[in-house]
Amino acid sequence: MNLFGALTRRRSASVASERLKILLTHERHLASQPDLVPILQEEIVKAVTKHVAVDPDKVQVSLERGDIASILEINIEVPTASAYQKKNGGPQVRAS
Amino acid sequence: MGRVLVVTSGKGGVGKTTSAAALGAALAQDGQRVAVVDFDVGLRNLDLVMGAERRVVYDFIDVAQGQVRLSQALIRDKRIETLYLLAASQTRDKDALTDEGVERVIRELRQTFDWVICDSPAGIERGATLAMRYADIAAVVTNPEISSVRDSDRIIGLLDAKTQRAECGDQVDKYLLLTRYDPVRAGRGEMLNLEDVLEILSIPLLGIIPESEEVLRASNLGLPVTVGSADSVPARAYRDAVRRLRGEDVPVTVPKDGTLLNKLFRRRAA
Repeated sequence: MNLFGALTRRRSASVASERLKILLTHERHLASQPDLVPILQEEIVKAVTKHVAVDPDKVQVSLERGDIASILEINIEVPTASAYQKKNGGPQVRAS
Repeated sequence: MGRVLVVTSGKGGVGKTTSAAALGAALAQDGQRVAVVDFDVGLRNLDLVMGAERRVVYDFIDVAQGQVRLSQALIRDKRIETLYLLAASQTRDKDALTDEGVERVIRELRQTFDWVICDSPAGIERGATLAMRYADIAAVVTNPEISSVRDSDRIIGLLDAKTQRAECGDQVDKYLLLTRYDPVRAGRGEMLNLEDVLEILSIPLLGIIPESEEVLRASNLGLPVTVGSADSVPARAYRDAVRRLRGEDVPVTVPKDGTLLNKLFRRRAA
């Protein structure tokens, strides 16, 4: 068992307590503002779609909750110009 | 006018039914008139824990739907004269319990009894929200364990939003009932301790019920623990909780099962 293992084994309750405090701070906030992530996702995709064609299935949203701050990560796959042309009536290339 | 106490938790298996039976019996042993009502339609167990499973004829839904009178469905405890049980239906659909029906039955119970104890089902669905709907006081049953504390926090949120008191701009008086507590393991930092749980949930403490074999033994026999093992540590803890419910200022002790040396915590319940 490494040092971390030995410490958490002894003090697992304090780890539990810290995890709970962070989680519940967020959950209480979210309870007053439900479904924030889907709303953000919809509005950000809408804003991006004004300028680039985006496949809604290729949008990934994740929220990582931290003690001091949270990280909202939004990955939008933007097709390259050639892929966009192919999809929209450009010269069709047959896959072999 | 009687007071309505909901015993709730969100999470299952933390000791709601055991606590509802024990608190109800302890109040009745004090001479209070008590009705304990099972809201767990389809999965009733309060009858079993109170040793009345063979005497259930009519149930809560029969009364709520107006098919029988309340007095026909109330089952009187065999040992304590002032203790009554209203069983949940085992066969009906959960949706058979309506808000109007529950309101009417609770109103009627309040007129006859000093205490109406609503034993909530687990979860946050209809049965659980109806059990808390007309409550004046809530005992939030929590184990010193992360998932139980999280669910209790959620239930506290619902008590502040979805109850009749909350909707009238009032509040349900919420208390923590910490169950299955092992002070030795908590002292070693292996289990969330009382201070952790109190700090996280921020509600006053009603009592600490230790993990104890007496609780299982009493339920095996169909007796509330305050009746089946009246001198045991958990029975004393439930009796103290009842004295606090009745407004007495009883210092909270951290009970240790199997020893006479209970650590005294000079913490006051609110």
